[in-house]
Amino acid sequence: MTQEVENLIKTDYAAGFYTDIESDTLPPGLDENVIRFISARKEEPEWMLEWRLKAYRAWLEMEEPTWAHVHYPEIDFQSVSFYSAPKSMADRPKSLDEVDPELLATYEKLGIPLHEQEALAGVAMDVVFDSVSVVTTFREKLEEAGVIFCPISEAIRRFPDLVKQYLGTVVPQKDNYYAALNSAVFSDGSFVYIPKGVRCPMELSTYFRINELNTGQFERTLIVADEGSHVSYLEGCTAPMRDENQLHAAVVELVALDGAQIKYSTVQNWYPGDAEGKGGIYNFVTKRGVAHTNAKISWTQVETGSAVTWKYPSCILKGDNSVGEFYSVALTNNFQQADTGTKMIHLGKNTRSTIVAKGISAGQSNSSYRGLVRINPGAEGARNFTQCDSLLIGDRCGAHTFPYIESKNPSAVVEHEATTSKVSDDQMFLCQQRGLDAEKAVSMIVNGFCREVFKELPMEFAVEAGKLLEVSLEGSVG
Amino acid sequence: MLSIKGLHAKVEEKDILQGLDIEINPGEVHAIMGPNGSGKSTLGNVLSGRPGYEATGGSVLFKGQDLLELDTEERAREGIFLAFQYPVEIPGVSNMEFLKVAVDAKRKHAGLPELSAVEFMKLARETSKRVDLDASFLKRGVNEGFSGGEKKRNEIMQMMLLEPDLCILDETDSGLDIDALQVVADGVNSMRDGKRSFIVVTHYQRLLDYIVPDYVHVLAGGRIVKSGTKELALELEAKGYGWLENGEG
Repeated sequence: MTQEVENLIKTDYAAGFYTDIESDTLPPGLDENVIRFISARKEEPEWMLEWRLKAYRAWLEMEEPTWAHVHYPEIDFQSVSFYSAPKSMADRPKSLDEVDPELLATYEKLGIPLHEQEALAGVAMDVVFDSVSVVTTFREKLEEAGVIFCPISEAIRRFPDLVKQYLGTVVPQKDNYYAALNSAVFSDGSFVYIPKGVRCPMELSTYFRINELNTGQFERTLIVADEGSHVSYLEGCTAPMRDENQLHAAVVELVALDGAQIKYSTVQNWYPGDAEGKGGIYNFVTKRGVAHTNAKISWTQVETGSAVTWKYPSCILKGDNSVGEFYSVALTNNFQQADTGTKMIHLGKNTRSTIVAKGISAGQSNSSYRGLVRINPGAEGARNFTQCDSLLIGDRCGAHTFPYIESKNPSAVVEHEATTSKVSDDQMFLCQQRGLDAEKAVSMIVNGFCREVFKELPMEFAVEAGKLLEVSLEGSVG
Repeated sequence: MLSIKGLHAKVEEKDILQGLDIEINPGEVHAIMGPNGSGKSTLGNVLSGRPGYEATGGSVLFKGQDLLELDTEERAREGIFLAFQYPVEIPGVSNMEFLKVAVDAKRKHAGLPELSAVEFMKLARETSKRVDLDASFLKRGVNEGFSGGEKKRNEIMQMMLLEPDLCILDETDSGLDIDALQVVADGVNSMRDGKRSFIVVTHYQRLLDYIVPDYVHVLAGGRIVKSGTKELALELEAKGYGWLENGEG
């Protein structure tokens, strides 16, 4: 664990002695008592506690995976604090004047309105009228449609049967090291249920859950789309979120029942560390969906943040004619490392999957695509198309592709295309000869490279994602 | 407009231009001809500031200022336009988007407000018609999958939109059939307004039947070895370059 994190933990702990929130923040370390504490704080039923403990015991037996193409110092889990309550109003910055100017400069470049900047920077606010009214109308509209969208801790209390029925069915507690850890200690996250035949009346965005900002560290999300329903879910935000936790291990489970469609879009922009590679978030995520008969699951992600990213949103195409899609842009700059991709597991007949992955490396960063396409013996007529493109900026970065294809059915068709290119001097010269400066030229070329993925994003997200790339690439030219 | 005195330039450690002089007044069209390897394309690249093309001596004044002091993009914004011999593709970046950013950069430099999306779209559509390109090309990636002729017409369209003071056409005629050549030449001629100047770099006299120059210069061994009017081009067509190179020898 780096010195910085230790310091952060220390400060948190020290502060705890002098304020009321002391009892809300656990000292570093992980044992069964910690899990009991978390479960009790959340007023969880007994079965939930048992579920967590089962995960914890499994985790103890597991080993941290080392196969990913990323390098980081060993994580000492006993030095991490596994529960800290949201900062109290008194602890937060009073106004934007007290917020890191560099962060504000970035918000400015991304064109984020002032009151949103305040929310993102964690400024203490009694009420923001705009947001509150938005949230209220939003909730009413969803209730009318019968859609459940609430914190998962609330769902565990209010809809125990639904949660029990689906939690851990897509990503079991023992699935992998980080998923087990998450299952044991998850802090909060979202729960979504779309009833049969309902088309969710709006895009669901974590952004609207302004009342629980501080849930990022061990987030747990469960989305269930009942038969014939549709939902589009947006996770994250293009603005860099202020976060003091270095270790992130989220789990997302999607269940698309017969004929349902789930579109899950992510923009991940956690702190990537500074230009020298110091600091930054370690992001170990498990995301997976199960698609039943005629169902469709589509993952779209734009990853520009975090020092280390380990993430493979996957689809289990269980039902016949089910469809899985994965559209990804992963950008790394400076010393960032990303090992990301997808798994498409074809079980049902005539299942189809599409993978479009775009990796951009700048500075001294490393970006890897790791993907698995598996066609099981019963997946008659399955089809996959994979396109995997890497773009290099400069000559000190790296791009790597690790595609795995396992086809056990002779009727399956699997296509894989891969390219690696550089932002060429000729392209740069064309842009500059037409009056563009070097940074604008690079960001335009990179945006063009990502077009196929951006067009899958909801409209306003796509515009923001373009701007985000521009900001993330700053300093990569010259 | 442009005053080049004793220009020396090298590319990859090799001296290409060796004391080039040329004087271009507003509204003039100068053709630069010469054998392969004489430095014709180098001249356009040095003037527009292409990385790797280094001026090592002499001076270039453009509209009264020292051109060699300016960055590539500043030269462009000041009004130098290079129409490429081999226009490069930028996949995924729409022509429309690219052109708008370029036009805005230039307008901003001149202290003018950016054009609105609607204004620009109208302007771009009108301009594409002038070079006989279907408006659908505006939506496609920059030069992406364009034929040779379409790329060249796209170059001329960019030139029209950017309204440069000095246009440098680098062997724009290469690879064009006669119809495309006519379109390109009409485009260029429509931009001759008595103020804008042109440097037309070409291998063949043919282009000069369409774009009639005020002056013709022969470049050999990195300098101008002969200058004349458009009749010189015809003479070159008949006699080749040998007699000039030998004479200089």
